[in-house]
Amino acid sequence: MTNPTEYLPKSYHVRLSTYWWLTRWPYLKFILREGSAVFVAWAVIVTLLQIHALTLGPADYAEFQNWLRNPLVLALNLVSLLFIIFHAVTWFNLAPKAMAVRLHGKRLPNLAIAAPNYVAWAVVSAAVAWILLRG
Amino acid sequence: MANRITLDVTRYNPARDEKPQLESFEVPLRKEWVVLDALNYIKDHLDGSLTFRWSCRMGVCGSCGMTVNGVPKLTCATFLSDYAPGPVRIEPMKNFPVLRDLVVDTSDFLVKLAKSKPWIVRKVEKPLDEEYFQTPEQLEAYKQFSMCINCMLCYAACPVYGLDPLFSGPAAIALAQRYNLDSRDQGASERMDILSQHDGIWGCTFVGECTQVCPKKVDPAGAIQQYKLTATMEWVKSLVLPRGAE
Repeated sequence: MTNPTEYLPKSYHVRLSTYWWLTRWPYLKFILREGSAVFVAWAVIVTLLQIHALTLGPADYAEFQNWLRNPLVLALNLVSLLFIIFHAVTWFNLAPKAMAVRLHGKRLPNLAIAAPNYVAWAVVSAAVAWILLRG
Repeated sequence: MANRITLDVTRYNPARDEKPQLESFEVPLRKEWVVLDALNYIKDHLDGSLTFRWSCRMGVCGSCGMTVNGVPKLTCATFLSDYAPGPVRIEPMKNFPVLRDLVVDTSDFLVKLAKSKPWIVRKVEKPLDEEYFQTPEQLEAYKQFSMCINCMLCYAACPVYGLDPLFSGPAAIALAQRYNLDSRDQGASERMDILSQHDGIWGCTFVGECTQVCPKKVDPAGAIQQYKLTATMEWVKSLVLPRGAE
């Protein structure tokens, strides 16, 4: 339809707005989901900084802990935690869509794929918490 | 319930208009009416020049896709009373060029559909008097993806297609997957070469809106993610077994 003819003068191409993702809630939720990766990266950076502080000794580690208590850093980390949970929940809930596992010809319900992910999350979190808190 | 409702409908005559504009019409609000009934009322009684596509009026042909209050819908399957008291905004399907009023140019989809080779591909043909047998389980494997009526609501909902016109799109890939999973088909590797590209399955970022708007519950997003998994496994196999194991 790129060549106008006598009978079809031209078609109108509607340009997609740069703010297409603000026009509907599902699109905004998608952009937030993708954006949560930035906060996951931030959590990795904080962990790396923590490990680095540990290798430098108790004084530097105490300084690192003080830095974590800074209101701005605390706020950023709280927001990051919320986004990371959002990231994990959306990921686990979408995993069943990609994996069509069939047992005796019938497709497994979505929960059968999603649930083991949540269970693994809970188990690993409990194990890490136990290691960190028992000392 | 009031007995009238206002429809704001896109009008565009390429010979006359610079760009599409909304025009208001007041139609009866009948409890059993769908949006398509209201559009036909306008055409029959108010303005015969209103142009739109429709055919079966029962949600099986895929002709009447339009944007109703910002959401892609089949107008024959959308009740008018759900939008009371109105007004209801009816625009052509998004992401396609507008030809006239509510009619869009869908030829891009047809080109991309052909790319998917949506037919049974055989390396070795069976003789004509031999049948292909298929168990109910084998049918179940691809049946959901065969329900596509090519209504293109998924393309209207897909922001990737809106931003990148080269993207193959949900329906074309779901239909490729319908044939890949068909036990009678032997063309999976041919389709993989064509679709496992940046403008094929890898263009999809799993927004998921295509599945939400699909009127036949085809779940194209699921089809694409499953295809991605298959493509990745094929790529790993090609690294580990370079000579290939069919």
